[in-house]
Amino acid sequence: MNPNHPKSPFIIHNSSFNLPPSVAPDVIDASCRLPLVVLFLSAAVWLLTASAFGLIASIKFHAPGFLADSAWLTYGRVRPAAVNAMLYGFCLQAGLGVALWMLARLGRTTLAAPWMVIVGALCWNLGVAAGVVGILGGGSTGFENLEMPAYAAALVFLGYLMMAFWGVLTFHQRRERQLYVSQWFLFAALFWFPWIYSTANLVLQGFGARGMAQAVIAWWYSDNLLVVWLALVGLAAIFYFVPKLLNRELHSRYLALMAFWMLILFASWGGIPASAPVPAWMPTLSVVTTVLGVITVIAVFVNVFRTTGGKCLMRMSNPSLKFIGAGLASFVVVGFASAVTALPAVNQVTQFTWFTIGKGLLNFYGFFAMVIFGAIYYIVPQLMGQEFPFPKLVRAHFFTAALGVLLFAVPLAVGGIAQGLKLQHAVIFADIAKGTLPFLRASTVGDLMMALGHVMFLVNLGGLVFQFYRGRALSAWAEATAEIKTAEARP
Amino acid sequence: MNYGPLIFLAAFFALAGSWSGFVLTPQLQIGRLQQTNTIGNPTAAYPVARPGLAQQGLDVYRANGCAYCHSQQVGQTGTVLEIALTDAGTNHPPIIAALLKLAAAPADGPTVLTALPQLEAARTNGGSAMLLDGLPKAFLRSSSREGANAAIKALYAAGAKAQLWIVPVGPDLARGWGSRRTVAEDFLFEAPVMPGSQRVGPDLANMGTRQPNVNLHLLHLYAPQLQMKGSTMPPYRFLFERRKIGLEPSPEALVLPAEVAPPAGYEVVPKPPARALAAYLASLRADAPLFNAPLTVPASATPATSTNAATTAASAK
Ligand code: HEC
Repeated sequence: MNPNHPKSPFIIHNSSFNLPPSVAPDVIDASCRLPLVVLFLSAAVWLLTASAFGLIASIKFHAPGFLADSAWLTYGRVRPAAVNAMLYGFCLQAGLGVALWMLARLGRTTLAAPWMVIVGALCWNLGVAAGVVGILGGGSTGFENLEMPAYAAALVFLGYLMMAFWGVLTFHQRRERQLYVSQWFLFAALFWFPWIYSTANLVLQGFGARGMAQAVIAWWYSDNLLVVWLALVGLAAIFYFVPKLLNRELHSRYLALMAFWMLILFASWGGIPASAPVPAWMPTLSVVTTVLGVITVIAVFVNVFRTTGGKCLMRMSNPSLKFIGAGLASFVVVGFASAVTALPAVNQVTQFTWFTIGKGLLNFYGFFAMVIFGAIYYIVPQLMGQEFPFPKLVRAHFFTAALGVLLFAVPLAVGGIAQGLKLQHAVIFADIAKGTLPFLRASTVGDLMMALGHVMFLVNLGGLVFQFYRGRALSAWAEATAEIKTAEARP
Repeated sequence: MNYGPLIFLAAFFALAGSWSGFVLTPQLQIGRLQQTNTIGNPTAAYPVARPGLAQQGLDVYRANGCAYCHSQQVGQTGTVLEIALTDAGTNHPPIIAALLKLAAAPADGPTVLTALPQLEAARTNGGSAMLLDGLPKAFLRSSSREGANAAIKALYAAGAKAQLWIVPVGPDLARGWGSRRTVAEDFLFEAPVMPGSQRVGPDLANMGTRQPNVNLHLLHLYAPQLQMKGSTMPPYRFLFERRKIGLEPSPEALVLPAEVAPPAGYEVVPKPPARALAAYLASLRADAPLFNAPLTVPASATPATSTNAATTAASAK
């Protein structure tokens, strides 16, 4: 191989003893800068979009007539639009950005073909935008978490492939043979998504499946996206950032790998509700594997707990650690809540209630988005070589996000259990529905807090990027004008 | 393990496992389901595809995300056996006596559905009116098959004809959301299936049985708050057109109470999607007795075959 061309994407390492020297972190960061800026900024914009739609949906419970004359803004459309903007616009997009950066840093190599990643990111964003507009226009597929119509799904898929392919190549070009646990998680995540996404879309929107087989496949997809993919990337970030920011060794590589195996072997079988009208073996299998998920949660928790030496991450002064600590706490709570509510007797109560919505948010937001916020707050200043313009807003964002999650998830969990208990008796339905309203009102406050945090996030991120490129432009301008002056001065 | 290919293989096989479990197998198992016969009526295939307008309504239901608030799957916690009189003959006192005797039976015997004082009163005044009122009618509920059979025998001995009913029970059914649990067969021709995951609003699996009147559905869609004050269901006014009354008022115009009525000279008529949606709602019925979700439909079938069907169903379970 030719070490003079370390960026050539086609280098094949045929010997592990003959590795080119590792690349310096600042060079790696420079290679990641533009693609990550594109990914993170668009993710932040989607986050705000999701908040706006989420708030509209939330307000409709206080005033059902709100915006009711517009088909585009009816509850059954803005809600999936909000969820899709959140999941595909923010979670997956920002998660991919963090994943690519970790892969480059851990492999001590530059990001392969940054321009292709940017093209992929643009394609992805075009797809999500087409999908959200499609949903608002009434083109939803009717499958939860998979609402984007076929044309949008195709763009999303293509965009992902473009980004993931260069991610895999970055992994392959690594200059450090020894793999760190996070690389396992990330590598698996990179191709997990295209598989589940293409399967679900091809079967549900293409070839077609009969009857409840469609629902089973949709449940399988949702579980593999929300439980497996998010955990693969989120845990990779936790295992990477906690030791790094604390300047300690990860307590146990084996515990981490155990979590990896548990996740891919068992968590991928979850998702079929205990009462689903399908052959009984399917929900039974899901219940068993979901309950086993507790082992994953314990393994992760013990590992991080030992790594920090028992200190609470949320009390650290580093804001990234605060976010990641909150994410880990949510991960643990969600893991236990999922295991308990998977049990048929409990599921009987919590199914169909607001509890599931609260738990869902605690997973993709309380866990995943929080960890990703923490990662982004660390990564972006590294990329730019500058601090955030408003460091106080970072702390404020943590405060609003954590409070927002609490105010959203706790009332819905409590209200959902109350609702579920009442559903166990032949109580008049109208009374049950009325009983949930105070809890819904409280959750709207949570929505508002989170939205406020998203504004701060975007302001800080946009501010830093603006500051950086403005500085660059100014110095380029200064250089250009300076040259002209000397040139003019010569004759 | 420091090799990418190994991680790839690990993840590949893990995902291939769950893929074959939850994508391939359901296709083979549920995808191969065929129409089945309903209990008691061997010629009736179930389910049948929706009529055209209702099928279009499914699309409106999907596009507007009704499934985010409405489930279409009813649960049941079990079934109970009920003993119904189908024919009380002409000589009633012995039948009443038999019923009273059964009511006084040991703890595991059948429980009486009709209040005891009522039975006692019936005995003193001949009881014909009560016995004959609305037959076939369930009088006893039994926890075991043996108990039920013994009770039926006792009633036959007293000169009555009795029948065993299988009655699914559970909170959903008690609330009137259906007569049995939902099963995979109910969704056989549905595309996309929208079983729903939330019950912000009532379950709609049997909406058509509950409310077959399309006009009332239209009214509810236009202004849900009319039917239930404080309903959180959003109004679907965009599915309706408010227009100036032409030469004659449209026969399709909604009859609206004053609080939501348009100004004088105007009328509100449903657009085609609204009519399709209402037809869809009226078509929602998942109550056919199936062998894997048995129930006995009272009255319709002749006593003998119905009892047989119920017995077969119960033994098939
Ligand atoms: C925001 C949640 C929500 C959405 C979205 C929603 N509904 Fe409802 N729905 C309710 C609630 C709450 C009730 C009970 C109160 C009432 O009758 O209005 C209800 C009641 C109903 C009923 C009457 C049920 C009964 O047992 O009487 C029907 C029919 C219905 N909805 C159909 C629909 C259709 C069709 C759509 C989509 C176009 C829809 N709903 C969308 C919340 C919702």
